[in-house]
Amino acid sequence: MPDQPLNATALSAIHEGLGAAFTDFAGWQMPVRYTSDLAEHHAVRRSAGIFDLSHMGEIRLQGPEAGQALDHALAGKLSGLSVGRAKYSLMLTEDGGVVDDVIVYRLAEDSYLVVANAGNAPEVARELTERSRDHDVQVRDESAEIALIAVQGPASEGIVVTALADAAVAGISAQDVAALRYYRVLQGTYQGAELLLARTGYTGEDGFELYVPAAQAVDLWELLTAAGGEDLVPCGLASRDTLRLEAGMPLYGHELGRDILPAQAGLGRVVALAAKGDFVGRAAIEAADLEGARVLVGLAAEGRRAGRAGSAVKDAAGAVIGEVTSGALSPTLGHPVAMAFIDPDHAEPGTDLVIDVRGKDLPARVVPLPFYTRD
Amino acid sequence: MTTELRFSKDHEWVRVESDGVAVIGVTDFAAGQLGDVVYVDLPEEGDTITAGTEMGEIESTKSVSDLFSPITGTVTEVNQAVVDAPELVNASPFEDGWLIRASFEELPEDLLTREQYTELVGE
Repeated sequence: MPDQPLNATALSAIHEGLGAAFTDFAGWQMPVRYTSDLAEHHAVRRSAGIFDLSHMGEIRLQGPEAGQALDHALAGKLSGLSVGRAKYSLMLTEDGGVVDDVIVYRLAEDSYLVVANAGNAPEVARELTERSRDHDVQVRDESAEIALIAVQGPASEGIVVTALADAAVAGISAQDVAALRYYRVLQGTYQGAELLLARTGYTGEDGFELYVPAAQAVDLWELLTAAGGEDLVPCGLASRDTLRLEAGMPLYGHELGRDILPAQAGLGRVVALAAKGDFVGRAAIEAADLEGARVLVGLAAEGRRAGRAGSAVKDAAGAVIGEVTSGALSPTLGHPVAMAFIDPDHAEPGTDLVIDVRGKDLPARVVPLPFYTRD
Repeated sequence: MTTELRFSKDHEWVRVESDGVAVIGVTDFAAGQLGDVVYVDLPEEGDTITAGTEMGEIESTKSVSDLFSPITGTVTEVNQAVVDAPELVNASPFEDGWLIRASFEELPEDLLTREQYTELVGE
């Protein structure tokens, strides 16, 4: 394939001004770090970090049968979601594998926003359109028009309250923000444009995700950073990855994929077999024989070397029984952690295994996920 | 007297000290590309190293990279400070973050001057 020019987000000039190092992520030029991965990671755990996540995809479903359309297209029962709430869900293939993992916000009786991973957004939009054709609903890919800014960390509530109090925000009060619970979303306007303020995130900390039109992104970023002062640190995708890994959250392409069944990744509960009727992937999930199928586990080790995606996992006798999908030296815990798919016989927490780290054996132990839980 | 820094295309630097021993580290450019260095795997004292071949590993939070020896010689000292505190590679790549010292017969001819290296990395 010829090189495609990278998409830049509405905030790219801000990132350049902050001296960010960039990386190509799913066709987008995104900040990988501004100063230090570790400092950015710790800022989110200890105070707060601000992320540009405008590469994520946003697909809106509008119409009287939007809920039914999503019940058919996705693995969860979205018609049962209350207005103002969010739900983590999966889009499955006919074979029961995962097209993408998504967050679905119900904005009104007849209106939902589906947030997809950047690399999968065009496919998710296409599939939502295709899978909704028998329903009275309009599917619109708004990914290019919507910017997403996340504020994550224990100080984030105070920062968002302060920022919105100073701004031309209508429809969301400081009390609303303080009272907003996890996986809920508020709707208002900022500079006269639609603002969605959700208490969601991908870091294992309290935090918010703010969706605005791209034209409002720079002003909103500056409003938040002014409110946050030194407590709010710009964070790149490198710290986002170590934060989500510590929190045991799957990343598409690592812990999730078309050849991985949700139950293998510990996401069987996301598939609403009992709560609703037919949906794409249901037959395959019901027929699946999971006997002996590899399962996702957490691995913890000592020292400073980390198993990485692709590292083989071996049992005590040296037989390969699995593979690491994500791994790093945990900045918060100070020891290496990894997620891996391994044979179920070895998946019991406390089992001693070995990670082949580029030819050297690293002793590791199966531990429950997540590695890190906030107090 | 120490000589000027010389550079390999693999982003290591070499400085020959007055006692004729070479000090080896990674460049600020490499440290910046890696991100926060959290682990270094270095050869041991007495090990033979060969120019252009792997002599260890350097890990950041994001990735693992091979360390290539810029010269052929014998390791005379390992920087224990950088083993204990790998972040020295980021904080002080040309001074406190040095990796090893090695004796050698002669430097490879293809090492770069600072100007040539700067041109290579485009900064």
